[in-house]
Amino acid sequence: MPIEILMPALSPTMEEGNLAKWLKNEGDKVVAGDVIAEIETDKATMEVEAVDEGTIGKILIAAGTEGVKVNTPIAVLLEEGESADDVGKASKPAKSSDEPEQAADAAGGKDKQATEEPSAKKDGASVPAAPNTDVAADPDIPAGTEMVPTTVREALRDAMAEEMRRDDNVFIMGEEVAEYQGAYKITQGLLQEFGDRRVVDTPITEHGFAGVGVGAAMAGLKPIVEFMTFNFAMQAIDHLVNSAAKTLYMAGGQMGAPIVFRGPNGAAARVGAQHSQCYAAWYGHIPGLKVVMPYTAADAKGLLKAAIRDPNPVVFLENEILYGQTFDVPKMNDFVLPIGKARVHKTGKDATIVSFGIGMTYAVKAAEQLAGEGVDVEIIDLRTIRPIDIDTVVESVKKTNRLVTVEEGFPQSSVGEHVASQVMQRAFDHLDAPIITVAGKDVPMPYAANLEKLALPSVAEVVEAVKAVTYKA
Amino acid sequence: MATAAKKASRVKADAKSTSAIKTPPPLEFSKDEEHKAYRDMLLIRRFEEKAGQLYGMGFIGGFCHLYIGQEAVVTGMQMALKDGDQVITGYRDHGHMLATGMTARGVMAELTGRRSGYSRGKGGSMHMFSKEKNFYGGHGIVGGQVSLGTGLAFANRYRGNDNVSLVYFGDGAANQGQVYESFNMAALWKLPSIYIIENNRYAMGTSVARASAQTDFSHRGASFNIPGIQVDGMDVRAVKAAGDMAVEWARAGNGPMILEMQTYRYRGHSMSDPAKYRSKDEVQKMRSEHDPIEQVKARLVEKKWATEDELKAIDKEVREIVADSAEFAQNDPEPDASELYTDILL
Repeated sequence: MPIEILMPALSPTMEEGNLAKWLKNEGDKVVAGDVIAEIETDKATMEVEAVDEGTIGKILIAAGTEGVKVNTPIAVLLEEGESADDVGKASKPAKSSDEPEQAADAAGGKDKQATEEPSAKKDGASVPAAPNTDVAADPDIPAGTEMVPTTVREALRDAMAEEMRRDDNVFIMGEEVAEYQGAYKITQGLLQEFGDRRVVDTPITEHGFAGVGVGAAMAGLKPIVEFMTFNFAMQAIDHLVNSAAKTLYMAGGQMGAPIVFRGPNGAAARVGAQHSQCYAAWYGHIPGLKVVMPYTAADAKGLLKAAIRDPNPVVFLENEILYGQTFDVPKMNDFVLPIGKARVHKTGKDATIVSFGIGMTYAVKAAEQLAGEGVDVEIIDLRTIRPIDIDTVVESVKKTNRLVTVEEGFPQSSVGEHVASQVMQRAFDHLDAPIITVAGKDVPMPYAANLEKLALPSVAEVVEAVKAVTYKA
Repeated sequence: MATAAKKASRVKADAKSTSAIKTPPPLEFSKDEEHKAYRDMLLIRRFEEKAGQLYGMGFIGGFCHLYIGQEAVVTGMQMALKDGDQVITGYRDHGHMLATGMTARGVMAELTGRRSGYSRGKGGSMHMFSKEKNFYGGHGIVGGQVSLGTGLAFANRYRGNDNVSLVYFGDGAANQGQVYESFNMAALWKLPSIYIIENNRYAMGTSVARASAQTDFSHRGASFNIPGIQVDGMDVRAVKAAGDMAVEWARAGNGPMILEMQTYRYRGHSMSDPAKYRSKDEVQKMRSEHDPIEQVKARLVEKKWATEDELKAIDKEVREIVADSAEFAQNDPEPDASELYTDILL
């Protein structure tokens, strides 16, 4: 049957174009790939190539015609054994029934798109709701369990060592993780125990080794990629976001990247603007990632073990100043905590402070000070930034009716602003005061000691914020 | 890591032999090999022509980068592989997927964004994967696949198996920084990765000479002692010969190798290409004098390894596969709305 040659689209947004000229005449033989015509729009020119072999039976649209709608038949191609008499019997290519023809119109014609996607326009409720993820509670710690004072540094190392003993697919790579024993000594002793196959020093090449890690994860290994600091991971962020976070979705669930990116995040002390930035909000923005930012040593250990076992990419944000701080860690065989669950660090009734990571240090000190002034503060440690546990925050706000968030990161589009937005939407009637978000100042981190102090949040600011929301200021 | 296989090989790595590695002459193909090469390349050609047509009709959205002209590269390289070897590439990926044995239906249905596509309609032309066929994408960020492919090779060495990873990228991607970060690590750790630079002369509309200080891409590994050769990427026998050598080299634990495939894309960078940056004569000359499929066809006829009727039968079979895939890809339903929130996290 003769085949209609249709006016092609140069892009999905093109609706019509000009048929600039014909390069073949009626009666000319063509083979696949021969240029038969040129079409043009205001943006580009395109050659129309024959897809099939045959003879140009009839030219339907003359050269020089303007405003030819996409998918209009422009010529008829006769196949072997057909004559000009057959022109009238032409069929549209690749359309053997009515059904695909309708589909073609729906996909190709702009005016028909309304019929293609009526659901979204007609009824907003038919957009599927985001699924609720149930997260298990923390494991019970049996009475009498020995609590071992442990630094965050040791807790992180223990978590990695335990998981590496448990699973040969787990390995760590990064700058100075092996022979140097870790730039911040988090990997101390790992090379000695696991050898250089599994504790891999990399060149200074963040973009490259982040990609190598993701590739190894796609092949089924479970890499822990250490960034000497997350500031350097900005060179690699494409692989965290585009390669690690999106692959599972783009592959229709066939393969993903079970990988942990970890290292110190945020300000240390006097290291200036390029070395002092919190990435909680950055990575918290990305679907396909989990983002963890622990405060205590127990959480660091339990959540890092969970992160290594997690089949998804996990960004694990540590803090250099917390590394040396000591907390009790339960001495248990396999202490794993749930990612996605906030922890009530201290119960209270007058106001809620929500914080995470090093922000907790301000919250804890402020609560102590406020207790002396008769204000009983509840502190929630988010622990996980994504998926974020808003339920726990809302429960607390229903009790205290007042909320202050605390973090070191920049104020705009911060984690605190997201929490505030969620609480406003879900617990507006329970709020007795506007939410206050305490954050780092909206400036690059200065080097001078006095300015640096001013740029970071302070205990005094948190105290002041709690007094403001409790109308005690 | 000393776990990599150190078995005897006719290609041995040392500083001297690295520079001594030369482009091997094209192989003499057997009748079966010629037939296979002809059919596999023709399938890619016809598939891409159909994809272009469906794009013009509005069935395929977004970006659509066709592989027409470059078919000998993936076809020849794939003939050098064994089961378990991995393939990864950039966004001009339809040919690679068909070469690894992924079905025309699954690829075409992904191009049309339908539920039976390899990524259930959620990836599109540039983002497709097949764990079963060891095809690791399909990556839309230029050069990203080079680090990822090096990671696949890392995993092979970590596991102590003898699989190799084929990492395809273009002359444009060859100027990305992470390519050299990957070269360094691959050479340092002797990873079994083969870097196939598909030099089709244009990165979008910028010719190699206008973008690259060193236009001989086989030298791009020189700083890392990675051997490299230039290969006639329009001759499937030359590709296979180079592929055999590189695969043996990498499989034996000698580390990476670079193969610059000198090839040519007949079509625009993507479907919406102004075609102002090269002459029509240049394109026509390549098509008429160096077409990879016509070369095989001429040999088949010359050696009387195929009659005109047999060639027509192959063409018919290929057209039927492609027509079937197009029909399937137009009729297959779009993904269910509930798929919006699936496959984000496991």
